[in-house]
Amino acid sequence: MSDSSKPTGAHRAETPAARGAETPAAHDAGRSDPGTDSSGTARTVGPTDGSGTARTPRASRSGGAPKEIGEALISLRGVDKFFGDFQALKTIDLDIHRGEVVALIGASGSGKSTLCRCINRLETISDGEITIDGERLPEEGKDLTRLRSDVGMVFQSFNLFPHLKAIDNVTLGPRKVRGASKAEAEQQARELLERVGLADKANSLPTALSGGQQQRVAIARALAMKPKALLFDEPTSALDPEVINEVLDVMGELAEQGMTMLVVTHEMGFARHVCDRVVYMDQGEIVEQGEPEEFFTAPRSDRAKAFLSKILAH
Amino acid sequence: MQAIAENIPLLVQGIAYTVALTLLGYVLALIVGTVLAVCRVSPIPPLRWAATIYVEIFRNIPLLSLLILIAFGLPDVGLRLPYFWCGVLGLTLSSAAFVCENVRSGINTVPVGHAEAARSIGLGFFGTLRYVVLPQAFRTMIQPLVNVFIGTVIGSALCSAIAVSEITWVTQTLNIQYAQAVIMFLVAGAVYLGMSLGGSALGGALERAVSPDPHGSSRRRNTLDVTAGAQA
Repeated sequence: MSDSSKPTGAHRAETPAARGAETPAAHDAGRSDPGTDSSGTARTVGPTDGSGTARTPRASRSGGAPKEIGEALISLRGVDKFFGDFQALKTIDLDIHRGEVVALIGASGSGKSTLCRCINRLETISDGEITIDGERLPEEGKDLTRLRSDVGMVFQSFNLFPHLKAIDNVTLGPRKVRGASKAEAEQQARELLERVGLADKANSLPTALSGGQQQRVAIARALAMKPKALLFDEPTSALDPEVINEVLDVMGELAEQGMTMLVVTHEMGFARHVCDRVVYMDQGEIVEQGEPEEFFTAPRSDRAKAFLSKILAH
Repeated sequence: MQAIAENIPLLVQGIAYTVALTLLGYVLALIVGTVLAVCRVSPIPPLRWAATIYVEIFRNIPLLSLLILIAFGLPDVGLRLPYFWCGVLGLTLSSAAFVCENVRSGINTVPVGHAEAARSIGLGFFGTLRYVVLPQAFRTMIQPLVNVFIGTVIGSALCSAIAVSEITWVTQTLNIQYAQAVIMFLVAGAVYLGMSLGGSALGGALERAVSPDPHGSSRRRNTLDVTAGAQA
């Protein structure tokens, strides 16, 4: 791997302008305009303390301006999901607000990935309602396709299209779904690859990229659709420990720029220091949710306490 | 040898018919079979059922029975086709069933996550197939489709049973005339062998051309590297 493809802290510090105001995330954050929101749901999150575990992304928000969080962008009401007789989700109610970064944590099989996939309707729900930006998620057809493209998804196993170069992976959606011209889409794709620190890998096939690089291309691919929100389904679980940070760094920056994100993760450092809210699930239910510091230092429920004692033991 | 020398035009005509039957039957089978495969993976149950029923019928009727049914059954319901086109129709119907299953299994080799990723960037059913699934599936389908081609080449011989004057029919006729069975059927065999080898060479070339890594090391390609240690 070449040096330039590895987003070290130094590299990052040199290129802050590359992640400037023209990014889709910043654009979306501006559009949410929480200043005019009189519903009272807007709240302010102060800068978090940047110190902590080794996996804390370097681009933490320490010293940054307080972040504005807007009205609900994704709403789940009474969502049930059955796989045969097994109930994977039990009457889930959840709001994800504009600009908010929500960590979804819990043991394997607790339903967190299923919840994430239901929001993009990669899984159908058995009962209840999911709305995205006020629109109800349709069953099938063109409306679903359109709404789905507004919510980006990043998968555990990257799922890059192996027959396409990195840049073509990024341009496919804009060209074939949004109808962008080749030149326009490639220009945007180069900017996005630059933003995830992979400008020099544009013409590489996915097989020639490391796991961390593939996942960053996958993030660029999702961003290319200028999504209103991004869903991350265990984005670092398939990665080697030494490359996890390069992906978390990119995600931390997106969070900083105001992207609305739902992150299913086992990275407790990320959940604690980058996310605005932690949602803890167990056996298909949301057991507890709250501010990360509060959740990690003083969990209220016994199940959360037991979970945290298991994962934070060493 | 005299039998060959005296009948060059007839033999050439026989070869031409064999080539025409095979190519027409195969190309049409590719089209019909691909449409059937798309039906078999479509989200619409009746399409899936219809394609499944088609495959189970036409894959399981012997080609000879099918050809005779078409040639002598269709006129009974008022449809008269020249025997040559009966042959093309029979080969198409039969090969399409095999093409369908090959394309479908090729589609199934593409990890479902890729289709999900395609859907998550807003591609619909056809967009996902066209830009993500089929280009990946195509490479794994090439060799199975070469098998279908060879099946079509060999199957075209059965068209002699419905009096299409292709190479088997020609050599059979000349055998009756000259009583030189070995020579005559060696000629027919050589024609089929040549066509099949040509088809498989073309398939091999195509496979290399669409390889995702044409300049890379062969290890990453389709060789399962179990002999690496032994060769060293």
